[in-house]
Amino acid sequence: MTESANHLEKIKKSLSRRNRAEKRFRWYGRTAILIGLAAVLILFTDIVSKGHGAFRIAYIELEVTYDQDRIGVDNLTDPEELTRGNWEALSKTAMRTEFPEVSGRSDKRRLYGLISSGAGFDLKDRLLENPLLLGETERVWILADDDIDTYYKSWLDGEPYAARMSAKQLEWIDELHQQGKIRLQFNSNLFTRGDSREPEQAGIRGAVMGSLFTLILTLVLSFPIGVSAAIYLEEFAPRNRWTDFIEVNINNLAAVPSIIFGLLGLAIFINFFHVPRSVPIVGGLVLTLMTLPTIIITSRAAIKSVPPSIREAALGMGASKYQTVLHHVLPLSLPGMLTGAIIGMAQALGESAPLLMIGMVAFIVDIPGGFSDPATVLPVQIFLWADSPERAFIEKTSAAIMILLSFLIVMNTVAVWLRKRLERRW
Amino acid sequence: MTQRTLIPAILFTLASVTATSSAMARDSIEVVGSSTVYPFSTVVAERYGRASGKATPKIESTGSGGGMKLFCSGVGSNYPDITNSSRRIKASEFKKCQTNGVTEIVEVQIGYDGIVIANSVKAEPMKLSRKDIFLALAAQVPSATEGELIDNPYTTWNQVNSALPNVAIEVLGPPPTSGTRDAFAELGMEGGCKKIAWIKAMKKTNKSAYKAICHTIREDGRYIEAGENDNLIVQKLEANPAALGVFGFSFLDQNADKVQGAQIESVEPTFESIADKSYPISRPLFFYVKKAHVGVVPGIEGYLHEFTSEKAWSEDGYLAEKGMIPLPDDERAAMAASTRGLVPMTGNEALN
Repeated sequence: MTESANHLEKIKKSLSRRNRAEKRFRWYGRTAILIGLAAVLILFTDIVSKGHGAFRIAYIELEVTYDQDRIGVDNLTDPEELTRGNWEALSKTAMRTEFPEVSGRSDKRRLYGLISSGAGFDLKDRLLENPLLLGETERVWILADDDIDTYYKSWLDGEPYAARMSAKQLEWIDELHQQGKIRLQFNSNLFTRGDSREPEQAGIRGAVMGSLFTLILTLVLSFPIGVSAAIYLEEFAPRNRWTDFIEVNINNLAAVPSIIFGLLGLAIFINFFHVPRSVPIVGGLVLTLMTLPTIIITSRAAIKSVPPSIREAALGMGASKYQTVLHHVLPLSLPGMLTGAIIGMAQALGESAPLLMIGMVAFIVDIPGGFSDPATVLPVQIFLWADSPERAFIEKTSAAIMILLSFLIVMNTVAVWLRKRLERRW
Repeated sequence: MTQRTLIPAILFTLASVTATSSAMARDSIEVVGSSTVYPFSTVVAERYGRASGKATPKIESTGSGGGMKLFCSGVGSNYPDITNSSRRIKASEFKKCQTNGVTEIVEVQIGYDGIVIANSVKAEPMKLSRKDIFLALAAQVPSATEGELIDNPYTTWNQVNSALPNVAIEVLGPPPTSGTRDAFAELGMEGGCKKIAWIKAMKKTNKSAYKAICHTIREDGRYIEAGENDNLIVQKLEANPAALGVFGFSFLDQNADKVQGAQIESVEPTFESIADKSYPISRPLFFYVKKAHVGVVPGIEGYLHEFTSEKAWSEDGYLAEKGMIPLPDDERAAMAASTRGLVPMTGNEALN
């Protein structure tokens, strides 16, 4: 009697101790998650606070006269004549009309500095779109220079940054502001243009298209090769020293630093096969090498998770091994394989180191239209902008990061959704 | 069934990939080379592309040395047409070019770049001499007895020069792979090193030892390699007012609200002082053109014309706006003439 009471006493004592230990353990877990979340939160607030400004950009309203004589173009359909046209005269004349009192060489230079150096070409594009404008006058919102944009935004925020502005320019901006002729608009250039050294004209369209072409090639090459390799290794290959050796090597390859694949690509594809530098073909090939191990490993895991009873049933009904795999194992493991492929693609999308070696870290203005046009990719664009001295590129960099992150979030969400949607539990 | 269509699909993709790549001729200019010249050549390329309506040249920032290596590898559409450089071509590189068939090289000097030593605007501005820089940053410095070197013992600026403040020496600068670092060692460090008579005398007797003394930067944590990204150095200076940073003039120009340049031998780094060469730490910028490619790759002449036009590289030009310091008027005119005439290097230039 007393003995069992003692026993109970003992258990009760230890119970509260064990409960405390469990509580502590839960709290460790919660703290770990909190630290992770805090890190993500800090990262996101930093990027968003720096980058949100890039989605709006300053425009100045001017009265533009499409004066034939001043441009020096009579026939708008003759490309030769169009290249010779003095398009900057359009924007410069418009500036002078707005501020007729400005005289003197250096003052005029400062005045022209208010608007983007590409403004003349923008007006040219506008005129070509609507040739009836030739000889007419209209009020147009013209892109402001990046220094003006930076100043105007900082001034609206109450902390004016005027180090790159002259006193005269400050006066002019003030005047324009009073008349409502300067305003922030949605920055559509960011999404429709290629790279530029003038922050106000720079966009990520070129990098997005480059990423798209590179990833399409990567997917088309790595998914079939990876899945075939996984099926063979899992279903057909005999278990011996050779397959063990191959397995160890595939796992090793998955952990090799990505720059090594870039070096390999340089040696094989560029120096030996003479594939041109900086094109999505070579980028896609290098990223294929990089993502293959990931796809093989996830595909093998997906095949392994199909229960043996399915295979046995198919074989028992007289199906051949080939039919068993193709009609039963492959469809059942496909969701897992797709998830792996998407995660592999997301990884490839964020990669810039291997592309350094094969010339995709380059200044490319023209938007690539195919697999053999010089191109760069999103993470490289971020790297190039982060390295640029112009102040206005700081917000551009953060904006590009936000865009890359949203692509990654979409891809990972699709992966999770696919898994939830198609997964079969056994 | 899937497999029956899968394998031909893979083969087809592979075949089309190799076919398109081997059949491709280049219709745009390829430029490689220095990260210092990169911001300027990219602007020219963009303007040229927009104004001419032709393909915009592709520009890779590989560093001066890496660019030369690619440039000198051979002639043909697989090799770049132009390489940028923040120093003159070396004799060894010129020779390598010659042996690989790149015999006619047109040299173009485009202007200057200043290297500044700056600190946060929150701190007092520094007034340094090149000798101070050398004594503060060299791995080994002369001891009290002449002709003897000791490991750099200085930990604060006032130990180097009593006129300087009592602040710990902490300098953020570029790593050895950077052209900025080479130029800083050559112009800043060596410039100060030469002020010490017995070391200067060594230049004639033992050049390699002289170079080792003058160019080696201390590695005891006083000089911090901050990576190639100059924006990062500016950010770190802003956070740490006690530190100094070494970077290109254009970054000072763009961030005048955050950092201020130190006076070197009482000359402040400004656009004017670098242009008239009174600011001592500045270097020439070049690019090199493969003459054999002119006329084969379309657009090279147009690009050269744009680069050497007054609207690009003069004091009022758009390159000056980006922070490049232009050549004096007469040199610029001569350089434009020789560039447009495609006058190749003779091989008799005094190269290092």
